[in-house]
Amino acid sequence: MKELRVENLHATIADKEIVRGLSLSVPRGQVHAVMGPNGSGKSTLAKVLAGHPDYHVTKGSVSMDGENLLELEPDERARRGLFMAFQYPSEIPGVTIANFLRAALQARLPEGEELDAADYYAKLYEKMELLGMDRAFTSRSVNEGFSGGEKKRTEILQLAMIEPKYAVLDETDSGLDIDALKTVAHGVNSLRGPNLGILLITHYQRLLNYVVPDYVHVMVAGRIVRSGRKELALELEERGYDWAREEEGEMALTR
Amino acid sequence: MKTETDTKAVEINRSIGDFHYQVDYAKDAGSGLSEKTIHYISDVKEDPDWVREFRLRGLKTFLEKPLPTHWASKDLEAIDFDKIRYYLSSGAAAKRSWDEVPEDIKRTFERLGIPEQERKFLAGVEAQFDSEAVYSNIKKAVGEQGVIFVGSTEGLKNHPEIFRRWFGKVIPIADNKFSALNSAVFSGGSFIYVPPGVKVKHPLQAYFRINAENFGQFERTLIIADEGSEVTYMEGCTAPKFNTATLHSAVVELVALKGAKIQYITVQNWSPNVFNLVTKRGLAHENAEVKWIDCNIGSRLTMKYPGVIMKGRKARGEVLSIALANDGQHQDTGAKMIHAADETTSNIISKSISIGTGRSTYRGLVHVPKHLKHCKNNTECDALLINATSRTDTYPAITVRGTGNAVQHEASVSQVSAEQIFYMQQRGLTEAQAMSLSVNGFVNDLVRQFPMEYSVELKRLIELEMEGSVG
Repeated sequence: MKELRVENLHATIADKEIVRGLSLSVPRGQVHAVMGPNGSGKSTLAKVLAGHPDYHVTKGSVSMDGENLLELEPDERARRGLFMAFQYPSEIPGVTIANFLRAALQARLPEGEELDAADYYAKLYEKMELLGMDRAFTSRSVNEGFSGGEKKRTEILQLAMIEPKYAVLDETDSGLDIDALKTVAHGVNSLRGPNLGILLITHYQRLLNYVVPDYVHVMVAGRIVRSGRKELALELEERGYDWAREEEGEMALTR
Repeated sequence: MKTETDTKAVEINRSIGDFHYQVDYAKDAGSGLSEKTIHYISDVKEDPDWVREFRLRGLKTFLEKPLPTHWASKDLEAIDFDKIRYYLSSGAAAKRSWDEVPEDIKRTFERLGIPEQERKFLAGVEAQFDSEAVYSNIKKAVGEQGVIFVGSTEGLKNHPEIFRRWFGKVIPIADNKFSALNSAVFSGGSFIYVPPGVKVKHPLQAYFRINAENFGQFERTLIIADEGSEVTYMEGCTAPKFNTATLHSAVVELVALKGAKIQYITVQNWSPNVFNLVTKRGLAHENAEVKWIDCNIGSRLTMKYPGVIMKGRKARGEVLSIALANDGQHQDTGAKMIHAADETTSNIISKSISIGTGRSTYRGLVHVPKHLKHCKNNTECDALLINATSRTDTYPAITVRGTGNAVQHEASVSQVSAEQIFYMQQRGLTEAQAMSLSVNGFVNDLVRQFPMEYSVELKRLIELEMEGSVG
């Protein structure tokens, strides 16, 4: 089956265990949301999936369409089809969005093959229009001096251009006002389809009003404590994370 | 002919210039430096007496002056002046056609792509192999405008009235120990004269190649742009990598007369065993402009601070400099701006990148004396550190006196962060590609001001360096 599959994952940073036995699978074509309070390990999960060098997997497995991801370098994972939209995207001074994306797409072509410049720009402008971005944006340095909303929009633009198999969106909604949130959600929705699996990581329910997930998982203290249909998000909104935490506490007691 | 170039006898490394061929030298001054060496060189070159005397004065000054290790790198002490060979040549004059250049020398330049570039976009080319120019040619149309572009030896012999007037005037023998050394043993380099009002559209290029081991190359370049004329000169250089130290110590003097413009571009890509100790200075008369574009990628130690003396009212000086110091390299570069007239303006933009244990140093001198009015200087120097072991130092010396003069100085040090690299890797770039893109981004705003052919070449060299530097 085509899916991004995480099984019994344990991960540490500086010897501290943050992800503690997490299992989850996102089939291609579905949108899964992971919700959780601050400190539950949501962002760590995203970084571990992408292969951030500061995090170490101590146990468990991660596979993408059956291939073990954990043995691959971050760039190999990316070229195989994994994309992560960063909560805090880095600035790259002097490198324009157009050049950066061009380099990213070029890196996916077989050696000796050149990206067609005309096709590339046509696609870039089309995707920018979709996200309500001005064309002049392409000549700005990646994320340098961008507002929070511009950064997030740029992440989604990259997602749209790179066309991965799976996308992990790490708190893409944080720091956005309602208009920016709607634009970003519109962008994500337009990318939904049978060829893309999306893992939406968020603290708040509000993004899920605009990007309606197929499944919702509640993450507390490094593992998934509850999974359900989209209604779970609403229940969580109503009852709060304490409710989920209590359940986690009970689970811990019964073990 | 092609098969010659492809033989296995050639050693190839990732670096394009790292190969060398066996060549027989008819003229060889032997190792070490003494008055005998000077007389040998003067005899071979059939120097006029005044040049022989100039050389002897250079030798005396060189021997008297200490190594500048009180402020510069102690690595200078690794140069064994007694082991260096100061003059090597085939004894033949420079040819006007590549067909006449001896095969064993021509293949080196073929391989470096010089004849091809000449056909594509250059107005003239001089190619120096060890001590002497082996090829020197200028496009007919440019020559017909009265532009002179020959080797220094030919210049001093055939155009003494212009040559002697300016030679050694911008950079005197005793300017520093290495200008004195060059004055003693100089050979090769270019002599260029552009007549009044002539604007040379395409660049003139010189290519300096060191082929021999334990060798010292001491070219001497003199460019005179007469009133209202314009010229761009580009120089490139490479050498094979030997285990022993090689010395390159050039002196370059530029004279821009009233309203003239000289742009001097260097792509320094010496192998990492070369000591590159060069003195470069331009004299800008009224309303004239001297612009140095100086890029240092290669060498073991480079010490080079291109300067402009703004002698006439409204003269302009500019240095745009990029230095890349990789493992084991020290790029000690900078600029000197001497304001000597009212309303003169200067601009220095320096960017350095240090990789691994590489070290870059910026030294800048800006001098505006008290009696001058309405002078301006802008200095920006930015350093990028790639690894925790990389090093950068900045030594700006700005003396601005008087009122009504404006000076602006900005400096920054930044580091490529692990997060930035991870971010780019997440988009599918390898670590080396990510580094290379970061570095290119860092120099981008500066490179944009360079001529097209040159910025492409520079970008390629940076990519090569980054590929080699990331495990």
